[in-house]
Amino acid sequence: MELLEKNEKLQDKASGSFEAKIERDDAIEPRDNMPEGYRKHLIRQMSQHAHSEVIGMQPEGNWITRAPSLRAKQILLAKIQDEGGHGLYLYSAAETLGISRDEMIAQLHSGKAKYSNIFNYPALTWADIGAIGWLVDGAAIVNQVSLQRTSYGPYSRAMVRICKEESFHQRQGYEIMAKMMSGTAAQREMAQDAMNRWWWPSLMMFGPHESESPRSGDAFKWKIKRSTNDELRQKFIDKTVQQAEVIGLKVPDDQLRWNEEKKSYDHGPINWDEFHSVINGNGPCNKQRMAHHKKVHAEGAWVREAAEAYRLKEEKLN
Amino acid sequence: MDTQLGKWEVFMQAKPGANYIHAGAIHASDKKMALQNARDTYTRRGEGTSIWVVPTDAIVASNPDDNDMFFDPSNDKTYRLPTFYVMPEGAKAI
Amino acid sequence: MTEQQALYKYCLRLGDNALVQSYRLSEWCSNAPTLEEDLALVNFALDMTGRAQALLTYAGEVDGNGKTDDDLAYRRGEREFCNHLINEQPNGDFAHTIARLLFVATYEYLFYSELMRSADERLASIAAKVVKESRYHMTHANDWAIRLGNGTDESQRRMQAAIDALWMFTGEMFETDAVDALLRDKNIAVDLGKIKPVWMERITEMVKMSGLSMPEGAYMQSGGLKGIHTEYLGHMLTEMQYLQRAYPDAAW
Repeated sequence: MELLEKNEKLQDKASGSFEAKIERDDAIEPRDNMPEGYRKHLIRQMSQHAHSEVIGMQPEGNWITRAPSLRAKQILLAKIQDEGGHGLYLYSAAETLGISRDEMIAQLHSGKAKYSNIFNYPALTWADIGAIGWLVDGAAIVNQVSLQRTSYGPYSRAMVRICKEESFHQRQGYEIMAKMMSGTAAQREMAQDAMNRWWWPSLMMFGPHESESPRSGDAFKWKIKRSTNDELRQKFIDKTVQQAEVIGLKVPDDQLRWNEEKKSYDHGPINWDEFHSVINGNGPCNKQRMAHHKKVHAEGAWVREAAEAYRLKEEKLN
Repeated sequence: MDTQLGKWEVFMQAKPGANYIHAGAIHASDKKMALQNARDTYTRRGEGTSIWVVPTDAIVASNPDDNDMFFDPSNDKTYRLPTFYVMPEGAKAI
Repeated sequence: MTEQQALYKYCLRLGDNALVQSYRLSEWCSNAPTLEEDLALVNFALDMTGRAQALLTYAGEVDGNGKTDDDLAYRRGEREFCNHLINEQPNGDFAHTIARLLFVATYEYLFYSELMRSADERLASIAAKVVKESRYHMTHANDWAIRLGNGTDESQRRMQAAIDALWMFTGEMFETDAVDALLRDKNIAVDLGKIKPVWMERITEMVKMSGLSMPEGAYMQSGGLKGIHTEYLGHMLTEMQYLQRAYPDAAW
């Protein structure tokens, strides 16, 4: 009898309306009924996430040929390759919603689809590679850990794989920073300079306060999103400040104070004007990043066409 | 129109004898490329001993709207499960 | 020349070839025709970096002056590098990269298959690992050469142009000098004369499968063994060794 009940419960789980599934915290799968708004929201978010991974290869890629040791080169290559792989996982997951990778790339090129703002800043010195791994990947992982519980099954599964793989990314960045902070005066200066330039853009990665995020209501209702931007940002600050202190880096925020009452840090105001300006195309590297992606895409077209042409010829033969 | 090549689903076997489990997807124009792309994408951390690739459009999925007729009828057949049976006290290795 | 000096040079050659290839392959990162191919080429670059580490570490040990793999990679000038010229050539288009991979990976597959039987145990054990990587690189390059050679008119034209352009750098891979002679006597080095006909046969076969024609009568370039390179290597090292040159006292 007990078994029967258990099976019925399982059965209940597998059926029912979209709302009932969301209510029960069941994953939504590609063939399930879903509101058009849910599908569109996911396509927008997942393709943006995928584009961010791929565009994010560029600033770090800027240092591959100049990585200062064979070990550093290996780590950096493996990390950037991971970003490409993660873009690939996310494109594939988004494709289950009925949009193709070609279409997503076309949307990126037309400006309809966005990517994370952070990659519109330049990677100027080797310390930037440390800062990107430690701060940018550190911020991303806070967000991605939360997304492992997102309601769309393929997205959630991609995030689980991504989080598992990214666990070394932040460590490699922090290791670079730590090594430089225990190095020469020039290295310490370089590390602090990178910290100064990447800290605030990293905080902006979580997005504006919820009241400023037009679509966040639906995202919460549909359980695509599980934590608020401010909650995630706070989590990131609280764990990162201590790490900075350990290696002697100063967080470039004069108003940063430990708040004993809320058991977390208070921080100074974020320059949202800069954020919006960069989103609107005025960051130092917006044009460069897009131009690079378009160029590579165009240069690869003859290869993709040749592969398809060869397949068609082979199919005719067989 | 640009092409990003066809989509393939990737199934990985983690160790000899294990089930093949869906890992994700890749794009490729032919079988050889599909296998190599799956290898280069999904075994970067030594995750696999064997790979299957299947063109995505060759996969047939059950329709969630049919779930009641597909899956409900097997729910009450608990006699298929070993725990359904009452074994005499003291019987061993059964 | 002592056996030790010869062995040092031999390891350096193999290590430099891996290092320079790793550099060129890594330049494909975020530049490949598909995301999947991007990952594949970076995998190859990682294979090459690991290979360079193993061989240059061993070179440093044989030399016995306390030099690490990084010292050898980052603190030597262009006249001290002894890689084959083919490996330092710019990537060019995807067809050029595939043509080079086809030539070099086939060579390395045959070379390291032989080196597995080297009397030097360390080299033999490095070779056992490398030969698996090379076999995959060769297969990957061969499959792409077939696709491009039999794909569109444009891809066939590009693939043929790539093979023709790189051909003059292939002869050097089979050159030998006193280092080889000394180590051949000790059964440490590979007999390049033995693998040359096999390489030629395989390449001819693969070029044929790709619907392309074998380049003819090209004058073969030479110089890598003596540290006389094409102009590209200097630029590569300037970039690769940038931090060591700008901050000689820093550790990274």
